[in-house]
Amino acid sequence: MQEELIRRAKELLGDGTVVRVMGWRKGDLSFNPEPALFETEESLAEFVYDGFCGANLSKYMIKLSKLEGKTLVFLKPCDTYSFNQLVKEHRVDREKAYIIGVGCDGSLDVDAMKEKGAKGIQEITEDGDTVTVRAIYGDKTFDREDVILERCRACKGGAHMVYDELASNADEEKPARDGRFSLVEKIEVMDPKERFAFWQNELSRCIRCNACRNVCPACSCIKCVFDNDRYDTAQKANADTFEEQMFHIIRAFHVAGRCTDCGECSRVCPEHIPLHLLNRKFIKDINTFYGDYQAGADTDSRAPLTNFTTEDVEPSIVQERG
Amino acid sequence: MQRIGVFVCHCGTNIAGTVDVKRVVEAVKKEPGVVYAEDYQYMCSEAGQQKIADAVKNEHLTGIVICSCSPRMHEGTFRKAAEKAGLNPYLVEIANIREQCSWIHKDMEEGTEKAVILARAAIAKVMLNAPLQPGESRVVKRALVIGGGIAGIQTALDIADAGYEVDIVEKTPSIGGRMSQLDKTFPTLDCSSCILTPKMGEVNAHEKINIYTYSEVEKVSGFVGDFSVDIRKKARYVDMDKCTGCGLCQEKCPSRKTPNEFNRGLNTRPAIYTPFAQAVPNVPVIDTEACIKFKTGKCGVCSKVCAAGAIDYTQKDEIITREYGAIVVATGFDTINLDKFDEYYYNQSKDVITALELERLMNAAGPTGGNVVRLSNGEHPKNIVFIQCVGSRDVTCRGKSYCSKICCMYTAKQAMLLKDHYPDVDVHVFYIDVRTPGKNFDEFYRRAVEEYDVDYIKGQVGKVSEAENGRLLVQGVDLIDNRQIKMEADLVVLATAIEPNKDVRKIATMLTASIDNNNFLTEAHPKLRPVESPTAGIFLSGVCQGPKDIPETVAQAGAAAIKVVGLLAKDKLVTNPCTAQSNPLFCNGCSACEKVCPYGAISYEEQQVMDGGVRENRRVAVVNSALCQGCGACTVACPSGAMDLKGFSNRQILAEVDAICR
Ligand SMILES: Cc1cc2nc3c(=O)[nH]c(=O)nc-3n(C[C@H](O)[C@H](O)[C@H](O)COP(=O)(O)OP(=O)(O)OC[C@H]3O[C@@H](n4cnc5c(N)ncnc54)[C@H](O)[C@@H]3O)c2cc1C
Ligand code: SF4
Ligand code: SF4
Ligand code: SF4
Ligand code: SF4
Ligand code: SF4
Repeated sequence: MQEELIRRAKELLGDGTVVRVMGWRKGDLSFNPEPALFETEESLAEFVYDGFCGANLSKYMIKLSKLEGKTLVFLKPCDTYSFNQLVKEHRVDREKAYIIGVGCDGSLDVDAMKEKGAKGIQEITEDGDTVTVRAIYGDKTFDREDVILERCRACKGGAHMVYDELASNADEEKPARDGRFSLVEKIEVMDPKERFAFWQNELSRCIRCNACRNVCPACSCIKCVFDNDRYDTAQKANADTFEEQMFHIIRAFHVAGRCTDCGECSRVCPEHIPLHLLNRKFIKDINTFYGDYQAGADTDSRAPLTNFTTEDVEPSIVQERG
Repeated sequence: MQRIGVFVCHCGTNIAGTVDVKRVVEAVKKEPGVVYAEDYQYMCSEAGQQKIADAVKNEHLTGIVICSCSPRMHEGTFRKAAEKAGLNPYLVEIANIREQCSWIHKDMEEGTEKAVILARAAIAKVMLNAPLQPGESRVVKRALVIGGGIAGIQTALDIADAGYEVDIVEKTPSIGGRMSQLDKTFPTLDCSSCILTPKMGEVNAHEKINIYTYSEVEKVSGFVGDFSVDIRKKARYVDMDKCTGCGLCQEKCPSRKTPNEFNRGLNTRPAIYTPFAQAVPNVPVIDTEACIKFKTGKCGVCSKVCAAGAIDYTQKDEIITREYGAIVVATGFDTINLDKFDEYYYNQSKDVITALELERLMNAAGPTGGNVVRLSNGEHPKNIVFIQCVGSRDVTCRGKSYCSKICCMYTAKQAMLLKDHYPDVDVHVFYIDVRTPGKNFDEFYRRAVEEYDVDYIKGQVGKVSEAENGRLLVQGVDLIDNRQIKMEADLVVLATAIEPNKDVRKIATMLTASIDNNNFLTEAHPKLRPVESPTAGIFLSGVCQGPKDIPETVAQAGAAAIKVVGLLAKDKLVTNPCTAQSNPLFCNGCSACEKVCPYGAISYEEQQVMDGGVRENRRVAVVNSALCQGCGACTVACPSGAMDLKGFSNRQILAEVDAICR
């Protein structure tokens, strides 16, 4: 697959369709490739595409679409929702992107492998449904299904919402998985005290590294309120634990109706806080109150939270439902 | 340096009874920035206002906080007082220690603590206030009346007689509303059509009034003085200019099976119809659901018989966009659906009818030519039972908690009229209470009891069913004699609760006018501003605001008209300077604010922005301050805080919250 993508990238660079390529490059370990920009055919030697290329590249297109010429960008099915959402919010220019939709069998989660006993990982190879780990303290073989990211267990399906061409591994027919809201439902049935304790426990681990915000394609503000000294909000989130938790609540409100459920926030959190569940709760509520809505499925529909129709649910019903 | 003055009002004992005003004064004196504080019995009085003026002068105040009643009450008063004293009126803040404090607390300790906190929040806010200058906006000298019942008709006439143009938008093919369906009207028993028809004619002929029937309001934008409204004029398929109103088409139309709405479905009507003979305009409409031509392509009888050549099957709906300075809602009412009231046997028996249906039966132009008969067999009823409060004053969720107000009177009316026409009938009325306040109303009811011998039974009916002989069996209780009653009846008439027309929710949403739990439109103030909606420029007329009989409706309609005239007589309106503004440095250009702005005040511009030494072209939001109403919706939608509202900035609100949480 990787070879096919490199070949196409070279062709598109060569014939002048694009002037740069946004993709992933080898990291220092075999399981941490990173987003990278390639501007020459030679530099593409570093290009990788494997199960660890979970990083969603759409947010990079905000900066890249301000540059001269088109950029080739590789988007997995779920990444295309984020891309569309950014187009909808006028943050990226569709015309400045050449999109190759790549297929995805679920992104791998190295932490899951570690939890399952892989220690001192040196190399990981994928072969269809099995993943083999070569490690200092004993090699391991896993079923792929057991070591994919939580977000991929709630996969929205194989279809790309936007693309210029599809790679050969794209499977547009691959169905969405069930049970997207099962974890949310577990939290919903807790009584308020229990729920508060759950989130307090999760959020208290936050070290305010801002990785979640920085990776989030919805959190793409030119100047985030939490960085803006003009509004007396900047220092607020750091003041104490209570306000620190407010950071997450406020962020969840800011991305409500815009979050595509790409799951990047939880993927990058070094403290393994399941942030995406806050957002998924909003998505679930929006679906029940206003009818099914998927942010980023298109670029022109009106999002329920910034729309107003006479059929809108009454506040009292929202309140009743809690 | 800020120099803030704080004035704490006693409001007689309204505030001082629950809040220790002296302690509030002492507490606020300690707040940073406060250089002066005092309390006074009535801050809104001349003497109170003088105190403000003196303090502004002597203490060189830069901002004022008044701890008093709601800003809705006296913000204007205090702003004017500040302005007179030479201070920008927008440097005044109100801490509402009455509605939000003294009125809802009983305990002095608690009340005082909360008053201090509210004062602190207002002080924190006023420290960040900036002087603002209001602008001006135009007043379009034309009013829109939605609904052409007696309320809408009267309001339109009164506005037009004052010299302003009025458009009436009526949903059905004719104006007239419920009143056109009534037979005679209490308390004087004059015939409803005889008093309504001349008014309908007058509206029709008035050079300042324009009627759009068979039309609905589709979209409203703008604000007080300057609304823009899209009206959908539904296709009638009959040319209004050519039609002479001869009625031949209605006579010849072969499709005659559609329930007649005007007669409450008691008979049928043709596919091409005018709802009633005196309809204004007297031009029929084609109901495409019933019309054979529209359903199968064949027929075309109406077109063949129409000598004027008025039939036009190709007509399309038309959207008319007009501007208005004021909008009056007069959408009236309907009777409630009785599906949940099976005990009264309404859906099961043709001989159980609503009072409105009885009006149609009694009316000489009605489905039976004014003969009151049992619809099951066409015979004259001998024993008639009226049941009051069907769904009114009903606290279960199937009914309405309020009193429909008109039923007691129309029942007395109907009972007497029946006795007049058919001296041999017996009439019984089951009631919870008989409520007849109103000029000559109780006398009217007494007449029914004393002169007409109508049998009033205090008690409720538990069940209506069919007796073996085909009559109806009514089972109830007599609460005064404390006994069960079983009686056979030929006709049962239900005083069915009334409710606002279903459409009113849609209308209220379009107008951003508020409605209550029962869908009645709410007033700006239940006592002092009963014909105005809290939304500026929107006025209320008739039953859409609450149950009313015709005299009350007409009185209120006139009151709404004078309020409209008062608005239209102004050349300019002073606009609110508290408008939104986006900071191009922080704006993402994401369109979130534009989507939520109810006034369409936000648009986008490519702007060159200098950010951290880098010049960049950005898409940024721009607010048209002439359109912005300062609602603040955009500031909440904006994730980055780029959008801010003058006078209610994000910083000010946060400062208030901080002061409260301190
Ligand atoms: C059985 C019965 C008997 C009564 N008898 C008497 C009596 O004897 N004496 C008395 O004083 N009162 C009587 N009344 C009360 C009287 O009918 C009302 O007071 C009066 O009709 C109220 O007038 P209105 O204009 O507010 O409402 P309506 O008469 O309901 O008129 C509202 C109008 O608005 C139109 N409309 C509704 N929605 C829209 C929309 N979205 N767009 C455009 N147009 C719309 C409707 O089609 C209608 O034409 C009786 C009522 C009933 C039910
Ligand atoms: S909040 Fe998380 S899941 Fe949602 S768009 Fe941002 S990163 Fe993706
Ligand atoms: S937290 Fe809010 S303001 Fe900050 S980047 Fe995310 S959406 Fe923008
Ligand atoms: S990534 Fe995790 S630790 Fe970092 S700020 Fe977000 S929640 Fe906190
Ligand atoms: S405050 Fe904002 S949303 Fe409200 S009218 Fe003004 S621009 Fe529109
Ligand atoms: S919501 Fe805020 S960031 Fe978005 S366009 Fe409006 S002002 Fe700009």
